[in-house]
Amino acid sequence: MNANDGEAAVSVRSLAKRYGDVQAVRDVSLEVRGGEIFGILGANGSGKTTTIEILQGLRKPDGGELRVLGLDPQTQRDQLRHRIGSQLQESALPDRLRVWEALDLFGALSPRSRDWAELVREWGLEGKERAAFGNLSGGQRQRLFVALALVNEPEIVFLDEMTTGLDPAGRHAAWDLVRDVRRRGTTVVLVTHFMDEAEELCDRIAVFRRGEVAAIDSPAGLVQRYVNSSTVRFTYEGGDTISLDGCPGLRELRREGTQFTVSGEGPLLAHVASRLAQAAVYPADLRVERATLEQAYLQMAGEVDA
Amino acid sequence: MKALRKLTWVEMKLFFREPLALIIAFAFPFFMFFVLVGVFGNEAESDPEDIEVWRGGGPADYYVSTYVGLVMAAAGLVTLPLRIADYRERGVLRRYRAAGVSAPVMLGSQVLVAAGMSVIAAVGIVVLSTTLYDTVLPESWPLVIAGAVIGLLTFAAFGVLLGAIAPSVRAAQGLGFSLFFVMLMISGSGPPREVLTSSMRAFSNILPLTHVNLVLQDAWLGFGWNWVAAAVAAGFFAASVVLSLRFFRWE
Ligand SMILES: Nc1ncnc2c1ncn2[C@@H]1O[C@H](COP(=O)(O)OP(=O)(O)OP(=O)(O)O)[C@@H](O)[C@H]1O
Ligand SMILES: [Mg+2]
Repeated sequence: MNANDGEAAVSVRSLAKRYGDVQAVRDVSLEVRGGEIFGILGANGSGKTTTIEILQGLRKPDGGELRVLGLDPQTQRDQLRHRIGSQLQESALPDRLRVWEALDLFGALSPRSRDWAELVREWGLEGKERAAFGNLSGGQRQRLFVALALVNEPEIVFLDEMTTGLDPAGRHAAWDLVRDVRRRGTTVVLVTHFMDEAEELCDRIAVFRRGEVAAIDSPAGLVQRYVNSSTVRFTYEGGDTISLDGCPGLRELRREGTQFTVSGEGPLLAHVASRLAQAAVYPADLRVERATLEQAYLQMAGEVDA
Repeated sequence: MKALRKLTWVEMKLFFREPLALIIAFAFPFFMFFVLVGVFGNEAESDPEDIEVWRGGGPADYYVSTYVGLVMAAAGLVTLPLRIADYRERGVLRRYRAAGVSAPVMLGSQVLVAAGMSVIAAVGIVVLSTTLYDTVLPESWPLVIAGAVIGLLTFAAFGVLLGAIAPSVRAAQGLGFSLFFVMLMISGSGPPREVLTSSMRAFSNILPLTHVNLVLQDAWLGFGWNWVAAAVAAGFFAASVVLSLRFFRWE
């Protein structure tokens, strides 16, 4: 999807929110396009939850302009609430409420709903339909909450740390399901601390820093902007005198046993390959280490501390 | 409407899965009633002083209406505030709210469940006491039903208010149980009003259960509609509604 596909699903301009003397959200502006998976990253306390709960009409902003599906979440919450799905970072259900009852209830609360049995299957809760919420494991609760966020077939779903507490297989299954949800046309806003998750799922990412948006870009765009070093590795078992002196962009060459690690800037792999070839060294495993979102993120975090 | 119906149904099921709620709503008032009636019996007294104490009937006749009042008080003072405070503290209210449950639906479902339970318990008390002790049935059914409606509304609103203002589950529990025991002792379900000291009686006059019981008992025993007590109970109701709306918080 691109911006021409109509109105932005979410638009936020200069949002601010303060709790007592904590300025949780200082100045947040962002736009989420219809049909995209939009990620929000940022340190603990950087205002992610506050922002998306304001977007869901669950908290009151101090200032700023916001629109969700073209509506104002403060004044038009009634029109909006059935069109959005919420998985909150912190919430609970009555301890003795059963899994199927929760899905059935939440489905009944909205005009449209999905079959609860199907959601139970998708989210790996088979056999737990009759289990009470209080007896579910942490990961099972989390699965139930995500299923509940989707039971009303929302046009936009807010997932706040969706995969926290899920086992690795569950996390990957959840990613597939989120992609499915988007394929059916739902816009997804995803808060996460997992870089692999953000990189895997998100079309674009906003990085929050102390209540402000530090950067918005695609995962690849962020990597490109913030990771300006790359790493090349290879194994060499011959003599011990490999020199890459004068190789353009080279910053450092390290050796551990037969393992060589080169770090530097620019098209490092090509330069290293050409220097090695000149020395008639042809390592079979010469490879560039892909720069990750995690590196980009840490780089951004580092800039603040510096 | 559908949301209210569905939520009420679910909450009703949850109520029946909660042992403490069941004990408070059913076991406890029934136990008290049968201890008292077991001790005092239901012989109409001949001693003029005793006639005055028991308002002309037997002790069981006297108590049956105040226990109808008491089960409403139990639901309103203990069950409701506890449930609301617990849901708020644990984030259940947040979750419901995000799913589009409005405050009237949320509170309405709780009130309906509490009211439903009170009605079941009240009918249980009346049926058991008439079969076991042959207590009198209401002199005026319409007035007793009107009184019961006032009692239900008053305690439902009062319970929601306690749930709304209690800062924590512990506070709701402490506050609810204290008020419940005080009312249990001096609002008509314990020693008859007539044998209370004058200061106790004065104190009992600021408690809602005293007035609900007076309305019910007067109607039950044929003393007609107690306008003053009904007005005081209605005042409690109105004040509770206004204050709950003012103080209710989702989190
Ligand atoms: N209800 C509240 N009352 C007071 N302060 C709050 C409240 N909610 C959040 N805060 C404060 O606002 C700031 C932002 O909190 P928020 O929950 O939005 O952060 P977050 O980015 O979601 O963090 P995390 O990654 O830990 O979930 C924090 O400093 C937090 O302590
Ligand atoms: Mg958060």
